Amino acid sequence: MAGGIKKFVVGSFDDEKVLFPAVKNVRKAGYKIHDVYTPFPVHGLDHAMGIRETSLHTAGFIFGITGTTTALTGIGWIFTRDWPLNFGGKPHFDLPAWIPITFELTVLFSAVGMVLTFCYLCNLAPFIKKHHFHPRATDDLFVMAIECTDKTNDAEVQAFLQNAGAQEVNVQEVETGWWIGTYDRTQKLYKEEKGY
Amino acid sequence: MSLLKYESQQREPLIDGNKDYHQVTEDIIRPIEMKPSTLWYIGFFISVSLLLFGVYSVYREVTYGIGQWNLNKTIGWGWDITNFVWWVGIGHAGTLISAILLLFRQGWRTGVNRAAEAMTIFAVMCAGQFPIWHMGRVWMAFFVLPYPNTRGPLWVNFNSPLLWDVFAVGTYFTVSLLFWYSGLIPDLATVRDRAKTKFRKFFYGVTAFGWTGSTKHWQRHESLSLVLAGLATPLVLSVHTIVSFDFATSVVPGWHTTIFPPYFVAGAIFSGFAMVQTLMIVVRKVLNLQDYITMGHIDAMNKVIVLTGSIVGCAYLTELFIAWYGQNPYEWYAFKENRANLFTPYGWSYWLMMFCNVVSPQLFWSRKLRRNITVTFFMSIIVNIGMWFERFVIIVSSVYRDFLPSAWSTYYSPSIWEVGFYLGTFGLFFTCFFIFAKYFPVIAVAEIKAVLKTSGENYKAKMTEMEKADSEKFYIEEVAHAH
Repeated sequence: MAGGIKKFVVGSFDDEKVLFPAVKNVRKAGYKIHDVYTPFPVHGLDHAMGIRETSLHTAGFIFGITGTTTALTGIGWIFTRDWPLNFGGKPHFDLPAWIPITFELTVLFSAVGMVLTFCYLCNLAPFIKKHHFHPRATDDLFVMAIECTDKTNDAEVQAFLQNAGAQEVNVQEVETGWWIGTYDRTQKLYKEEKGY
Repeated sequence: MSLLKYESQQREPLIDGNKDYHQVTEDIIRPIEMKPSTLWYIGFFISVSLLLFGVYSVYREVTYGIGQWNLNKTIGWGWDITNFVWWVGIGHAGTLISAILLLFRQGWRTGVNRAAEAMTIFAVMCAGQFPIWHMGRVWMAFFVLPYPNTRGPLWVNFNSPLLWDVFAVGTYFTVSLLFWYSGLIPDLATVRDRAKTKFRKFFYGVTAFGWTGSTKHWQRHESLSLVLAGLATPLVLSVHTIVSFDFATSVVPGWHTTIFPPYFVAGAIFSGFAMVQTLMIVVRKVLNLQDYITMGHIDAMNKVIVLTGSIVGCAYLTELFIAWYGQNPYEWYAFKENRANLFTPYGWSYWLMMFCNVVSPQLFWSRKLRRNITVTFFMSIIVNIGMWFERFVIIVSSVYRDFLPSAWSTYYSPSIWEVGFYLGTFGLFFTCFFIFAKYFPVIAVAEIKAVLKTSGENYKAKMTEMEKADSEKFYIEEVAHAH
């Protein structure tokens, strides 16, 4: 899709109380919400948009046990195979003394791994340029972008958003690229969610 | 349909004044966009001077050796390790505020968590200096890392608490930095999107990592913060536990106690909160953020200080009792003579510690004093002095007279370069903090916005009115969760 142009109808809301029914109505009417950009995490918005739960914490768990395993196998191999040292005749495999380092490495692997995964999934890195639908989306506006297809009548969508309480409505053409992101895989349609 | 998490009207608002989302952005970001005040330049200049003095002190120590410090055969740790433990302890409050209070769902953390986390990172940076330069031949510092080498391979001793420290402090620094920065990204994006100058557009454009505020990203961000908080909570407890193991696993009288881990952790949080108070009282005044760091915040932190101070006091008395009850003559001698006897060389430091850490914080049982800025500021300094002396007492008063009276040390007092090194870390800490306060949002903007409508003064007042007018309607519309 790189290099293509996509059209979005963008509506900005200034109150989350108006935003929530708007999200519901837009989805009910069958329009596809590309994304809603908010200045802070609005609780429940992801559910209202039909986005599935993130499994980032599972990744964190996997990174964590990788750390545990690394520490235990590393120290175990060093102290029992590679270079066994005699500490006053105590066993070479002295697990209790390894617990602090094992714990620290579990936390370290989990935290570093999760943050890197987070940055990878959200396409976050220095020098990344993304399209911002509205500069105030990080200040005080809740910005909803609706993706238009060939069949969409964007005047109709604009009127719809205005009706739903948007303060500012416009149409933007955006060059698509890997960074624009899409929820095609994670977002359920309203129909599927409600079972009709 | 309600978006509000209903908060009791009895609770004090967390954000004072008549605010909306934009006003919050304005208030917190404005200091970044203004020229720094003369006061900032003066403070920055003093900090950098201290830092340079510290650099010179360290230069002397590296060039001429550890002999530049007044350590002797008996006292091998002295000021250096005292300072290390003190700085690491200070760092703990930041993680407590950002991680433990997040898990406990304490709303007031939002006002202070960003600055406290920054404080943690800078304090750990300062702490790390001490063991590193204490090595003497610092160019071999990398020997502490376990990597396959051509010396055997000769591995590090994984059973040593000193190596545990390397891992604990290293992990602590990394995790704190990641936690802090991942929380900072959305706020840096806020600064970026209102930037006017070329420098700000570039700098915040790079540091904000291209954050857009997408719902899915926020969802992941929330999940990340929660898991990092869950990881940082046991981590912060483990770090000072492991630092206490440096002492507790030895057989030195006065160190060889099982109470050390909880006692050190409580002491760390105690001193850390004192440092947060010192910084916050200045920051809220200089950056004009009294609406966000309110009396309620200061009150809450003072409550933590009186709680942890009392835990520390309880630990002091317990260890004193056990030293007597345990019937070990060396242990009892260390407590009775080296510490509690005012007429031995270091007796004064023990009683100074007792006064600063146990007696003086008890004033904070009074609500009036907890809400007094001047008292709080002085108390925060007293507590920090007291907590420095706690580590000094533990280290010096335990080792200066050991098992052999013939090896008893002469009076130990630091050399100018030892003191200079300590002052240098103050320079490092405050230089970093001044840069942070000038170029980064000192309060988590997004988090404040998230609690604004439940805890802002104007919103709370509005809700009280609505509740009075028609309580049933109020409940259905505002309190009950419909979505």
